[in-house]
Amino acid sequence: MQQINKDNINSLMAEVLADAERVGATAAEVDVHIETGFSVTARMGVAETLEHHRDNSIAITLFNGQRSGSVSTSDVRAESLAEAVAAAMRIARHTEADPASGIADAEQLSKTIPELAINFPADLSPQDVMAMAERCDQLGLDADSKIVNSDGTSVDHHQLLTGYANSHGFNQAYQSTSHSISSVLVAKSGEQMQRDYYYSTTRDAADLPSIEKVAELAAARTVQRLNPRPIATAQVPVLFAAEMARSVINNFLGAIYGSAIYKQSSFLIDALGKPIFPAWFNIEEQPHLAKGLGSRPFDANGLLTYDKFFVEQGVLKNYALSIYSGRKLQMPSTANAGGLQNLIVTPGELDFNGMLVELGTGFLVTELAGQGVNTVTGDYSRGATGFWVEKGEIQYAVDEATIAGNLADMFKQVRCVGSDVDTRGKVRCGSMIIDGMMVAGSGKD
Amino acid sequence: MSDTINLVSEALLAPANLHTQQLEAVLGSMLGAQIDSAELFFQDRHTESWLLEDGIVKDSHYDIERGVGARAISGEKTGFAYSDDIILPAIEQAAQAARSISYHQGEGKLKAADNISGLSLYSADNPLRSLAEAEKIALLQRINTEARKIDSRVVQVNASLSGIYDMVYMHDSEGHVAADVRPLVRLNVSVIVEQGGRREQGFAGGGGRTDYQHFIASDLAMDFVRDAVRNALVNLDAKPAPAGVMPIVMGPGWSGVLLHEAVGHGLEGDFNRKGLSTFSGRVGEQVASSCVTVVDDGTIAGKRGSLNIDDEGTPTENTMLIENGILRGYMQDKMNAKLMGVKPTGNGRRESYAHLTIPRMTNTYMLPGEYLPEEIIASVDKGLYITGLGGGSVDITSGKFVFSTSEAYLIEDGKVKHPVKGASLIGSGPEVMQRVSMVGNDLALDSGIGICGKDGQNVPVGVGQPTIKVDAMTVGGTQSE
Repeated sequence: MQQINKDNINSLMAEVLADAERVGATAAEVDVHIETGFSVTARMGVAETLEHHRDNSIAITLFNGQRSGSVSTSDVRAESLAEAVAAAMRIARHTEADPASGIADAEQLSKTIPELAINFPADLSPQDVMAMAERCDQLGLDADSKIVNSDGTSVDHHQLLTGYANSHGFNQAYQSTSHSISSVLVAKSGEQMQRDYYYSTTRDAADLPSIEKVAELAAARTVQRLNPRPIATAQVPVLFAAEMARSVINNFLGAIYGSAIYKQSSFLIDALGKPIFPAWFNIEEQPHLAKGLGSRPFDANGLLTYDKFFVEQGVLKNYALSIYSGRKLQMPSTANAGGLQNLIVTPGELDFNGMLVELGTGFLVTELAGQGVNTVTGDYSRGATGFWVEKGEIQYAVDEATIAGNLADMFKQVRCVGSDVDTRGKVRCGSMIIDGMMVAGSGKD
Repeated sequence: MSDTINLVSEALLAPANLHTQQLEAVLGSMLGAQIDSAELFFQDRHTESWLLEDGIVKDSHYDIERGVGARAISGEKTGFAYSDDIILPAIEQAAQAARSISYHQGEGKLKAADNISGLSLYSADNPLRSLAEAEKIALLQRINTEARKIDSRVVQVNASLSGIYDMVYMHDSEGHVAADVRPLVRLNVSVIVEQGGRREQGFAGGGGRTDYQHFIASDLAMDFVRDAVRNALVNLDAKPAPAGVMPIVMGPGWSGVLLHEAVGHGLEGDFNRKGLSTFSGRVGEQVASSCVTVVDDGTIAGKRGSLNIDDEGTPTENTMLIENGILRGYMQDKMNAKLMGVKPTGNGRRESYAHLTIPRMTNTYMLPGEYLPEEIIASVDKGLYITGLGGGSVDITSGKFVFSTSEAYLIEDGKVKHPVKGASLIGSGPEVMQRVSMVGNDLALDSGIGICGKDGQNVPVGVGQPTIKVDAMTVGGTQSE
């Protein structure tokens, strides 16, 4: 059984490129992602599932002049890879010439590969981790008499190997790790049940919160959701809890991807260089942060990733571009092929309680549902769960509400960002107050 | 069906010189004192997609997934491992890893192999070969040309044509041997229109378990083009949607997303075995208004959610979920059926060999009622008429579900007025089902675009619904009274 590891990945990628040259490709690139690890789930305090993972993905793109074809496979045997190369070449004879296609120029490729602090392998046995998940789940069940059921406590440990090579001489790979824990509990009051969870994900298993902490937070969040009331339809300020503020920032990011811009499917199509957020607002990309969940040394085109502002003093400074989308828009790549790296929304002064006081009376949103975000127009309408706040204090849980607006207006109406930054994702953002949103619910005025 | 078993075993097992006896030996080694059952699932899936963007068919992608998953079940516990290498040592290694869910050693009883017969709802021919490459490109090019010809406000056309040829083979410790060859095709058309600086998007698409001729035979591809352009132009005239509680009328077909979210997920066996669903323990109770009858039907020929057998070899069924408002049963895979003491319903599905089987929907729809669609619209003083939907989601524990409109109109005095912008609607599944007051006679299934996500696994599904009226739902627009 041939398996790809850090010692043979470069030679495997080189072999694929040599095969590509042999079948007549004018240029070629290969992406490799190998993810190995395991996940366990315990429910009602006892083991439920143990899954061993090994996911291989080898994606090969061949160019025949400006025509291209790509093949991906999970099968890493040499003969299968040779077949994949041949198949990619057959496709590249049929597709149409695209003036923007092709790999990066040799001088654009990263010469030095920074060593990032993103690889923290943990030598853990599935049995020990299962015992931990069982204890965490039981602690959650025991935390409060209103907790009546569990939808499971899961713990995952994964090791990733990422490689990229192309026929302009780039051939590099790096390793990283991902560790996570989540616990989902159910609370009951009368006939009515509510579910909530707590999770954490880190590069280093040592940074995961204790199971006591996970159980306590999961239980507290779940119990807090009991006995929700409807709220009345009205225009009120909305406080997005930090993890939901991240979702709003992600909606912004979806609208500055090069592909959305050149396909004319973004409401920010003409916004480059213009103010779109308040003047104090910044979003900075920092791709090399130690332990950052979005840290990576080079992008999917082999370009060195680098620090930059997407939003500086409220002004949109950059679209997120790859070599391809950059060529389409006649702009240089921002080393964002294959996605964005860590994004830091400059935090404000107020902690979460300070933000509640700043909100005064309004809707604190802790969960969003549905897909009601239209990147073409910016129209925004989503299902929302959370709490009604009066005079800076949480009054009662709210479910079955919606919040609506237009992203362009919402960005301008960000009142402030908290200091309570959530680091459990690529986007690091504190809670955020947005004024002027329409909240709809079935409550009476 | 044994032809299918031979065909698939020839493609998946023969190259590695694997025989039934070796699979039985592996399954035997997985069984033990506390392992109730063991299973091997082989898969070879080829997916192609051709993409038109900015006027050119600029890329085509071909993906090969090939591997074997091993599962060991001990009561409510499951051990799982997989390998992308279909050779005996890799299968033995995966089997032992899966078996490690139970620490107890011992002997289990393996039943002799017996072939399972499934349904024949689709052809075993490879749909990827149903058109030549040049014809696939020509079809996409024609879509681009036609869309721009229909209206000069069309500024962008994106289209994709994709096909899947999926072979699966399974053998479990109960002796069940089953196989299926599953074709699936899909065509998507999306356009951007622009007028006076305002841009809007329109979408249409569909497909099923058939081949590419589906789009060409009756020129369905051009119907999609016209519908995508029409949808986009309607949205150019859309005014802000209302905010608040109001009656809604949902058009037929894809609007069945409401049903999928409001009751479908909540009736999946795993959630109910665990007591996590708002519908748990309510079989025999009135959970919807008496005009509501809902089935999950995996047996419709050629439909996107249909299967000859599910991913555990159980033939799919037409399962009654809610009959005249009374909850009749849940959708089950083998494990949850056994633990709940009922029969599996052919709803055990997995995204691939690298994922665990769980209860999933196939084609879920509401049976027709007696009203004409016009009568239903005419009964509403002020409300929303919804003919296009984006996606939806549900919290099965609280029952709260959400879906978003992509084409909707205001109803005033029983008449359909101007279009309104996309809005999310939210409600509680059991409450909304009780508020269904009229059901139309125009049942339609969707055109074949549904993807359902659960536990991080995506599977193709179908939905359907006649025109229905819900007396009150919260509409998340921006305009208050």
